[in-house]
Amino acid sequence: MRINCPTCGERDRREFYYGGAALARPAEDAGPQAWDAYLHLRDNPAGRAREWWFHESGCSAWLLVERNSVTHEVYGVALADGGRS
Amino acid sequence: MRLATGGLIDRGDAVSFRFDGHSYTGFRGDTLASALLANGLKVVARSFKYHRPRGVFSAGSEEPNALVTLGRGPGAEPNARATMVELREGLEARAQNCWPSVTWDLMEVNDLFAPLLGAGFYYKTFMWPRAFWDKLYEPLIRQAAGLGALSVTANPDRYEKAYAHCDLLVVGAGPAGLMAALVAGEAGADVILADEDARPGGRLNSERLQVGGQPGADWAATVLARLEALPNVRVMRRTSVTGVYDQGTFGALERVGQHLDTRAPDLPLECFWRIAAKQVVLASGALERSVAFAGNDRPGVMLAGALRSYLNRYAVAPGRRVTVFGNSDDAHRTAADLLAAGVHVAALIDARPEARCDLEVPFYPGAVVSQVKGRMGVEAVRVKTASGTQAIVSDCLAVSGGWNPNVHLSCHLNGRPVWDAALAAFVPAPDAVPGLIPAGAAAGVMSTAGCLADGARAAGVALAALGRKVPDLALPEAEDAPYRIRPLWVVPGRGRAWLDLQNDVTVKDVQGAAQENFRSVEHMKRYTTQGMSPDQGKTSNIGALAVLADATGRGIAETGTTTYRPPYTPVAIAAMGAGAQGAGFAPERFTSSHAASLERGAPMIEAGLWYRPSYFPAKGEATWRQACDREIGWVRNAVGLCDVTTLGKIDIQGPDAGALLDFVYTNTFSTLKPGRVRYGVMLREDGFVMDDGTTACLAPGHYLMTTTTAAAGPVMRHLEFATQVLRPELDVQITSVTEQWAQFAVAGPKSRALLSEVLESPLDPAEWPFMACGAVRVGGVAARLFRISFSGEEAYEIAVPARFGDSLFRALVARAEALGGGAYGMEALNVLRLEKGLLTHAELHGRTTSFDLGLSGMMAKKKDFIGRAAAARPGLLAGDRERLVGLRPRGPVQQLTAGAFLFAPEAPATRAHAEGYTTSVGFSPTLGHSIALGFLKSGPERQGETVRLVDHLRGIEVLCEVCAPCFYDPDGGRMRG
Repeated sequence: MRINCPTCGERDRREFYYGGAALARPAEDAGPQAWDAYLHLRDNPAGRAREWWFHESGCSAWLLVERNSVTHEVYGVALADGGRS
Repeated sequence: MRLATGGLIDRGDAVSFRFDGHSYTGFRGDTLASALLANGLKVVARSFKYHRPRGVFSAGSEEPNALVTLGRGPGAEPNARATMVELREGLEARAQNCWPSVTWDLMEVNDLFAPLLGAGFYYKTFMWPRAFWDKLYEPLIRQAAGLGALSVTANPDRYEKAYAHCDLLVVGAGPAGLMAALVAGEAGADVILADEDARPGGRLNSERLQVGGQPGADWAATVLARLEALPNVRVMRRTSVTGVYDQGTFGALERVGQHLDTRAPDLPLECFWRIAAKQVVLASGALERSVAFAGNDRPGVMLAGALRSYLNRYAVAPGRRVTVFGNSDDAHRTAADLLAAGVHVAALIDARPEARCDLEVPFYPGAVVSQVKGRMGVEAVRVKTASGTQAIVSDCLAVSGGWNPNVHLSCHLNGRPVWDAALAAFVPAPDAVPGLIPAGAAAGVMSTAGCLADGARAAGVALAALGRKVPDLALPEAEDAPYRIRPLWVVPGRGRAWLDLQNDVTVKDVQGAAQENFRSVEHMKRYTTQGMSPDQGKTSNIGALAVLADATGRGIAETGTTTYRPPYTPVAIAAMGAGAQGAGFAPERFTSSHAASLERGAPMIEAGLWYRPSYFPAKGEATWRQACDREIGWVRNAVGLCDVTTLGKIDIQGPDAGALLDFVYTNTFSTLKPGRVRYGVMLREDGFVMDDGTTACLAPGHYLMTTTTAAAGPVMRHLEFATQVLRPELDVQITSVTEQWAQFAVAGPKSRALLSEVLESPLDPAEWPFMACGAVRVGGVAARLFRISFSGEEAYEIAVPARFGDSLFRALVARAEALGGGAYGMEALNVLRLEKGLLTHAELHGRTTSFDLGLSGMMAKKKDFIGRAAAARPGLLAGDRERLVGLRPRGPVQQLTAGAFLFAPEAPATRAHAEGYTTSVGFSPTLGHSIALGFLKSGPERQGETVRLVDHLRGIEVLCEVCAPCFYDPDGGRMRG
């Protein structure tokens, strides 16, 4: 699998660290159910998935990657912080 | 027997080689298989299970029989296919799976017991007594069965890994592949043409066919030269594409050095390629299959197409009186080639009753071969016609059961091939691999003209996908004969008929599997082992499938194939793992004091990728414990010095630096004043402790965080996640500076005295209280000083840019020795922190919380931080959780061990009664006994109680007293000075 890093270009999967499903962190007081869902419940989709990937052996950017978990086709890659830095 | 003329060999270049201890001669251009046949060797191997004599069966990478071991000693390579080994000067090969020799093999006795040794025999025969399995049955079976053996010593040969990128990868350089590469190459695309043969051309090198008015082999050579002249085309000879992976990634194995007479020392034996291709033309050709009849495994029985390869390419006649048996026009082509080479054709047997023959040979239409006579080689062939059977004296039998398109690579992404009834074979499913276009025989096109046209077509499809114009290239003229086949899988009759030659699987075995209800093709494969081992059933899978389909009353399409997985042909682990042997396995990180530590004789221990000194031995010491105790004494009574560079250092700057620290640590850092250091604990989002360490405030908005050695990488990643994903609004920058600074701990009552000697201005205790930090100068260099302690003594850590680390270390050690101390290693460091009850990743092992560690008080109430919500879960705050305690042995001096379980004194030492475990132990020379840290249910409330430590593995049992984790100077008076 290759990921097209917005900063570095298309790179081999082994340069990246997998960060799991891209979920929004609940508010501090969101309650146990929201936190339980954030920490433990995963849809595990066979198909389109939104995930965090970290370009650890590259530019150190956390990336939001949309890809197909069956075919590993990558639909889109964006900087997690929206290109702030 | 070598023919007088012909072939693509260089008769002017004789090559000598050895097989099984005897010397032979072949020609440049031979394979080991063709050279053995040319020298008249019929038996070249013994079979897997029955040790039956076997000869060369094919002429390619699908070879099931002729597996040999190349070379000797540590670099010996087992299971090399003689059909793929190019002859070179001094080549040494040995037959496998036989003793004492391939022609006289004592284990052939197995063949007499064949009725007892059918598929699955060991599941049934060796059931009882049960205890015999490990000690007797399995070793015996393993000894008797098998293919080649590994040398069991490290392989000294060089291997390599490499990467390539291209627009179009063409797999296979037969007529379809050559044509595809030519069209795409002329269109200007970046093309890689990979072929497993040393001489690309595919069947064109093995047939007497004309292409474009010249011999096929010449046409192939001409096209190849044209391709190699194009700057945008790379031709990779001796390169087998072995696997298909995501997004157009392909694995390929190139044989780089094996075929050379002499190899430069830096040249690898093989190179494993990862090729990223936008489009692929799969022109992998077709593999011929056999027919199952009694004795069809005897030496001298060979695939008809292979026989033509030996005749036409290598000018070798595998027999003097050859019988040809087939079910398509291929058999006739074979007989014609034999006649052209001047070899006697004993009979041409065509299973099709309607077949006609225009050759001057004894012809048997509508007949089959029912049995082969002969043990060490074919002696006669029994033919069964409508009117009866008769024996035909022959020394070689060429068999063709038809051709299977080589669909393997099209199935690696879980595509299933589709049954084509007209071809009686499977063809690739459409779009089985994105961007992969099957072409030529691999796609079921069986004539030369058809393959040429199909290759050009496939290139056109690929070029369109690449957005390139298709050049106008004329197709050369070639034969376009139809492929007429009548499916024939098995000739019924008495005697064992082989399907899988490599694994000794017969028709009866597959039928037996069906009888035992292993009806699924996958179950049949596992029960019989058909299709396993190096050849993966390349010549037997479809035949076995047909037998299974018949035995279960289903069609072949309905029965389906087993799963095709990479690699297509065997790949040595040495090639995939090239560069990762020995020191290449992992990078080595050295501190700036590494050389000085080695000079002092310190044994190194690995800490992640780092190497750190274990202890510094002194004269007269016999054990590491003596050195460790001495070094601890220095720190407690004088001064010790230790390199702590390996701890992670993260520079954090920006207006929101304090806010970031508040977010990642449980305690508050935004209130930390410049010049001060604070200890912090960080949690994972699930509420468990991730890491601990100190963070210094160097200036407003400028902090330096330290992490444990092990967590330096994960914490950096964690901080990046916090700043980029969770809190992108924070204005803060983080940088790892672990390697930029060399840092040394100076610990002990004389630490201040030592530093005052080396610093440009002496230390004023009033300005340097515990947990102070600031800039200092040492030897003209700007340095940082932190008054922190991991030993419980008054201690400092001094940091200088890494390039000054070596000289500072040497200077500090010299001063320390002058003050009655010296350098200390990891063993002493560990006991010092243990005496103080300070934590390492033995305690922060991922399943402990701040509560468990007695650090709940550090969890700020008034701010959000990572892990806060989850850490508040009731289950993580329950009093009876296993919580941190200290342990000391009751009674006389006893050994404690880490990883032992803790029980109530009277409770049985079983898992259900376990109340905790130990994590760190050491002998404290300060206290004069062993001490331990561990986790015990309700631990802090049980101080003074007795627990039983049981180490089942080491057979140790000790009664311990539960105490506070801090064993030494609990008030911290020494630390604060």
